Amino acid sequence: MDTAYSATHRPETFRDETFRGDFSYANSPGNIRHFPFPFHEDHYRYSVNIEPHVPGLPGSAFEHLIDVDEHYLAEMADRAQVLAEDPLRYQALPHMMLAQWDTLELLMEEQARAYPHLFTLERNGDQWRWINRPLGIDDTFTFGDPSTLPREPLDYICRQTQGDIALMDQREGNLWMDAGMITAQADWSLDFDVGMNFHEWHAPVPLAPQMGVFDRALKYLLNLQVGKPVRRLNWTMTINPRLDTSPETYPKWGPDRTTVTPENVGQKVHLRVELQSLWRLPRSNGMLFVIRGYMMRMDEVVTVPKWGRRLPRVLESLPPELAEYKGLSRYRQTTIDWLKRHDDGAPTSPGIFPD
Amino acid sequence: MQGATIRSRPVYPGLAIAPLARRHIFALEGEGAGALLDIAGDLTPEVLGRSQILYVARGSLGVGHHGALQTLGAAFWAAPTVQPLLGRLDVELSRSHMGTRLYLAGTEGFIGQAMQVAAAHGIDPASVITEHRGSRARRVQCVHCKGVTEGVTASPFTCGHCGLNLYVRDHYSRRLGAFQGVNIDAEEPGAVPPPEELYL
Ligand code: HEM
Repeated sequence: MDTAYSATHRPETFRDETFRGDFSYANSPGNIRHFPFPFHEDHYRYSVNIEPHVPGLPGSAFEHLIDVDEHYLAEMADRAQVLAEDPLRYQALPHMMLAQWDTLELLMEEQARAYPHLFTLERNGDQWRWINRPLGIDDTFTFGDPSTLPREPLDYICRQTQGDIALMDQREGNLWMDAGMITAQADWSLDFDVGMNFHEWHAPVPLAPQMGVFDRALKYLLNLQVGKPVRRLNWTMTINPRLDTSPETYPKWGPDRTTVTPENVGQKVHLRVELQSLWRLPRSNGMLFVIRGYMMRMDEVVTVPKWGRRLPRVLESLPPELAEYKGLSRYRQTTIDWLKRHDDGAPTSPGIFPD
Repeated sequence: MQGATIRSRPVYPGLAIAPLARRHIFALEGEGAGALLDIAGDLTPEVLGRSQILYVARGSLGVGHHGALQTLGAAFWAAPTVQPLLGRLDVELSRSHMGTRLYLAGTEGFIGQAMQVAAAHGIDPASVITEHRGSRARRVQCVHCKGVTEGVTASPFTCGHCGLNLYVRDHYSRRLGAFQGVNIDAEEPGAVPPPEELYL
């Protein structure tokens, strides 16, 4: 077994890289096996793919419940830039303040526990001290008193956590997306969706409603218990390693989709995976939804033979509505043709991990 | 088809009098007057005595229902355009007490805007009684510049604010009272299909 893989995931250094302009983002070789490849078999359909969010294989993205990796600093810098250009990427309706504090606590606790060399949380009654070494932050504040933090608690902690975040209020037998920070989304708008319930914000998704996916998922989530988070994987593809593929900025990144050629597939086309975790919040009874995104270009994907075989088969199996919804139509075939060179037709083993 | 399959879009079940309400406020736009006139038989003197009708005729249609509404005998106020009507609705709601029922009828864009006024007063949208009458024109927010264009009947159309060519996505925000407009030629600038009159 690869030593980088069996080793515990403990990022020490962070890549200096960009998600726009010269797109210098890449995964270092040791980080490739950290990637949560989302396909456990050779085809893909929507399903209620929810499982307990428990610590998983060491070295993988599942080892720690809130995962920090070599892209931490670059992602935080990109997020800050997005927010400076468009403050509406952060939203919090007034009744969400308690859920904001719940979220701050959870994200500080989880990150400090998993990465003590990067983060420290000292709690002394309601006097808390938070140290974030990579970002050079050392703040003391009163838990529950927003005036003691430089920003609202959710705004504050999301700027220090990889992944987009949505916060839900639970009432009337539904979940309401009443807060969030969304700067690295696969083409949906928090500003448009804020205040919607589970069925409303999922309205644009094809096929799944008729399959009963959303009715069943909601029923499950309403009973989520404190301390028993769950997770699911979602995926799409992105041309160039661009984090900010929002509807707001679509005119900026839309043209990228026409630039894929047989020569540049390996560099330009990225598999984009969201490791989504859902957490019941203790004080507010709200729910935290962490959308932790990972990108990997085709050149990197095919360094794992099983993934190189499986991905073209999955892409071929997609229902057309799904390919269209995910925005793959223009470059799907070019990508399949390129990937097929890495598929010798051998059977693949079940599950998502490399052999 | 009125797109009942769009799960983020509200349903407008139709006006019906809530007999136990202590006060009834009707905000009616254009053909929305017909929604109230059609249930005139249910308007007992008791109900009428507790009712306030706010009405704006829809300019483009030319005909108003002022006379017919006034004959009902409830307190009646007519606005020249939608904006002052929403202003007056705001005033009425700020002075209303528990037990007030709000009724909205007219185009979807009008209902959406009146709902925003109601929400600002803490009124639960589920308690508002609505009926869609008249044009199917959509109120659309450009997802890029956030500007709202009223009365959109065709897709694609040009954003009245930033000038991008937008198609109307089947996604509705009650908070904004608007559908979502998305740039149709973002990927290939200039590749804009001819507009289709989808929402007349
Ligand atoms: C409660 C937290 C959740 C939030 C905040 C959330 C939010 C979203 C949003 C905003 C979208 C994009 C819709 C658009 O196109 O505008 C989406 C897509 C989707 N969601 Fe969720 N979701 C949640 C939970 C779930 C769960 C538990 C499932 C389980 C089946 C699920 C299944 C899906 C699927 C299948 C899509 C389409 C994704 C694609 O094909 O790329 N979601 N979700």
